[in-house]
Amino acid sequence: MPLSKRIIPCLDVDKGRVVKGVHFTGIDDAGDPVELARRYCDEGADELVFLDITASTEGRNILRDMVRRVARTLNIPFTVGGGIRTLDDARLILCSGADKISVNTAAVTKPSLISTLAERFGQQCVVVAIDAKSQGVRSDYSRVSARSKPQSGYEVFTYGGRKPTGLDAVWWAKRVEELGAGEILLTSIDADGTKDGYNLELTRIVSKNSGLPVIASGGCGSSSDIVDVFRKGMADAALAASIFHYREHTIQEVKEFLRDQGIEVRIR
Amino acid sequence: MYSLKCALERQKAKVRIGKLLPSPEKLDGLVLPGVGSFDAGAASIARNRESINSLRERGVPLLGICLGLQLFFPKSEEGTSKGAGFFNGSVKRLGGPLKVPHMGWNTLRITSESPLLEGVSDGEWVYFVHSYYPVPRDRGIITAEADYGVTFPAAVSAGNIFGTQFHPEKSGVTGAKILERYVELCRR
Repeated sequence: MPLSKRIIPCLDVDKGRVVKGVHFTGIDDAGDPVELARRYCDEGADELVFLDITASTEGRNILRDMVRRVARTLNIPFTVGGGIRTLDDARLILCSGADKISVNTAAVTKPSLISTLAERFGQQCVVVAIDAKSQGVRSDYSRVSARSKPQSGYEVFTYGGRKPTGLDAVWWAKRVEELGAGEILLTSIDADGTKDGYNLELTRIVSKNSGLPVIASGGCGSSSDIVDVFRKGMADAALAASIFHYREHTIQEVKEFLRDQGIEVRIR
Repeated sequence: MYSLKCALERQKAKVRIGKLLPSPEKLDGLVLPGVGSFDAGAASIARNRESINSLRERGVPLLGICLGLQLFFPKSEEGTSKGAGFFNGSVKRLGGPLKVPHMGWNTLRITSESPLLEGVSDGEWVYFVHSYYPVPRDRGIITAEADYGVTFPAAVSAGNIFGTQFHPEKSGVTGAKILERYVELCRR
């Protein structure tokens, strides 16, 4: 039997609080990451991702406390990303009970961080988040540096999608695998927030060219989008935020839909 | 490690994490989570060999999780050190066309009854993260199997020695049930 495809809700947190409103009914505190995590877990989420958007350094301690509280409650794996720049940042999060950490900007600025993290904590803990944007017309390739020859037409961006890096997305995906990453969290900047569906082309070329599991992110607006990203995008996992947060679909409903479409999912 | 401690505490166990076993005569159970590599784990077993042996002889339930289970075997393709050798056989690397590590949710196939998996049915989902799998010489110790390119033992049991290749502390309701069983066995 193949591995089941994973459904991963993503929660944005700032100073230990969930920031994008999550519309659960009968919840006392809609900003409490622990309570939301438990609800998603009970509904059948396969993993959770917490993205910390707190900018300040004192925010790290608040985040650590949040991770500890989540770990005490949750009995499924969870990943924490956002602002992890050093071995010590990663250790703080992993020792507080997270299963994986996700690195993005720091991995591009200092690729050796990926190897260091993998050697120290194991490959399975290290998720590299890649934010990619379409280069549009092919003449734009001139911006992509010579050391990462254009292959895909997608460029890697850092600093929350603001800064172009000149790296080709497929080249970078292969590189992080060599460096010891365990998984890729691939976000299409173009699709993100549109709810028009995942970027299937981007997801497929990265998946095809990488030996690592790929979590597709950005653009999910419906259950059919998730079917497409598994079938056509060849993703191993699908990350979504708003369709779950706004209760458009429960995870259980999405999974039943996937199962009826013949996709292997974990249903209790 | 912290999440395993939390998961056992949810089952009302008192948990201590240590590199050296404190006073083995006071323990009702021992969990080997196996974080890191085979050789590092083997060194840790070697440091505590006497204590572990005394627990084993007293019939205290030992639970090896993932690498912890692999360390019950004498050797592994991952390293050069000697494991505990409670079971005969070896530990091999996953290969073939599938992605390694085997990471994610997979189903169990129950192959024989065991006290640890009591109440767990065929087809229940558990969470795996591993690149190596045990190959016991005595297939009779296998209580559940899973498939990932190869069929491999997902759980083993012999007397008071138990092992799971998956992570019960990350396996939702099914995992919680297994840890509840384990804590129950320790209370006997």
